[in-house]
Amino acid sequence: MTPFRVSVFAVIASVLLLLVILELIRRRRLRERYSLLWLLTAVSMLVLSAWRGGLGSISDAVGISYPPSALFVLASLFIIGVLLHYSTVISRLSDQNTILAQRLALLEAELGESRREATPG
Amino acid sequence: MPEKLAILPAFNEEGSIGRVIEEIREFDPGFEILVVDDGSLDRTAEIAAGHGAKVLRLPFNLGIGGAVQTGYRYALENGFQLAVQVDGDGQHDPAQLGVLLQPLLAGEADVVVGSRFAAGGKYAAGRSRRVGIRLFALLVSGLCRQRLTDTTSGFRAVNRRGIRLFAGDYPHDYPEVEAIVMAVRQRLRLREVPVSMRPRDTGHSSITALRSLYYVIKVTLAVLFALCRRSVVPLEEVEEQ
Repeated sequence: MTPFRVSVFAVIASVLLLLVILELIRRRRLRERYSLLWLLTAVSMLVLSAWRGGLGSISDAVGISYPPSALFVLASLFIIGVLLHYSTVISRLSDQNTILAQRLALLEAELGESRREATPG
Repeated sequence: MPEKLAILPAFNEEGSIGRVIEEIREFDPGFEILVVDDGSLDRTAEIAAGHGAKVLRLPFNLGIGGAVQTGYRYALENGFQLAVQVDGDGQHDPAQLGVLLQPLLAGEADVVVGSRFAAGGKYAAGRSRRVGIRLFALLVSGLCRQRLTDTTSGFRAVNRRGIRLFAGDYPHDYPEVEAIVMAVRQRLRLREVPVSMRPRDTGHSSITALRSLYYVIKVTLAVLFALCRRSVVPLEEVEEQ
């Protein structure tokens, strides 16, 4: 069984995480699109921290003898998920950034040419 | 400079965009027609330009929200007094623009939404989609304290106030429902009018089965947050500066 103090600490940490995420969305610092994985993380951590029996059964099922370790495992899995998601997001952003820079260079060249044509001599 | 702008967001709609442009012109030649090509891979932009529409080509796909907002920015910067939003896929019938524009011209509303379900409207959609549309309608009606039946409709008309708001801030993905809550929260007068819609001519709905779960969660979250979120300031009139 998870020590009671560990459960209390884990619940407080999960609730704090959840509140920070919600406040970031409210302040428009975090878009819904990128918040969903975080919300899923925070809610799962909260549920498993509070539901001590559930955490115990899951630990037994996967052969973890000390239930709080299962919380660590879960948190690490979520962190890996979020990081992978961000890698795909960054890849897309850098592709788009390349396209923007190329379009800008082409537009500048075009603008320069039409300016030269407009001012003869 | 024409007073009225028709914004046509289009993503790979080469099969229908030409007809939509002609139908808008048939309804009222006074509209300037702006096609926002959202990174199409087909000949959408070429065909639209061939039909005499003004075309803005986005360098990559921004999604419907980014495309529509591009149209509102154009409307703001070029001093348009009215803007209508018509999908490039032929789902919205331009012959019904009169119904959509009436409350704006009468000065009774700032944003008008064409509803498939208000007063006798019929629309053939799958059951799950209809349930989803109904659920959002209930949620948003409650939040806005106003009876709404079709919050996912993208067939809309707005006046200058609406243009200023949406040019300043417009939701990114699946924007329709959230935009309604934004407008109501900014105290814009919202009106729903019954329209009939046609089945899509070509292409596929952007909402596939896989994405519907994300759609429902994202929109619900966005709508709830739209109420308590730091509110946006509509963009200032360009002329006044």
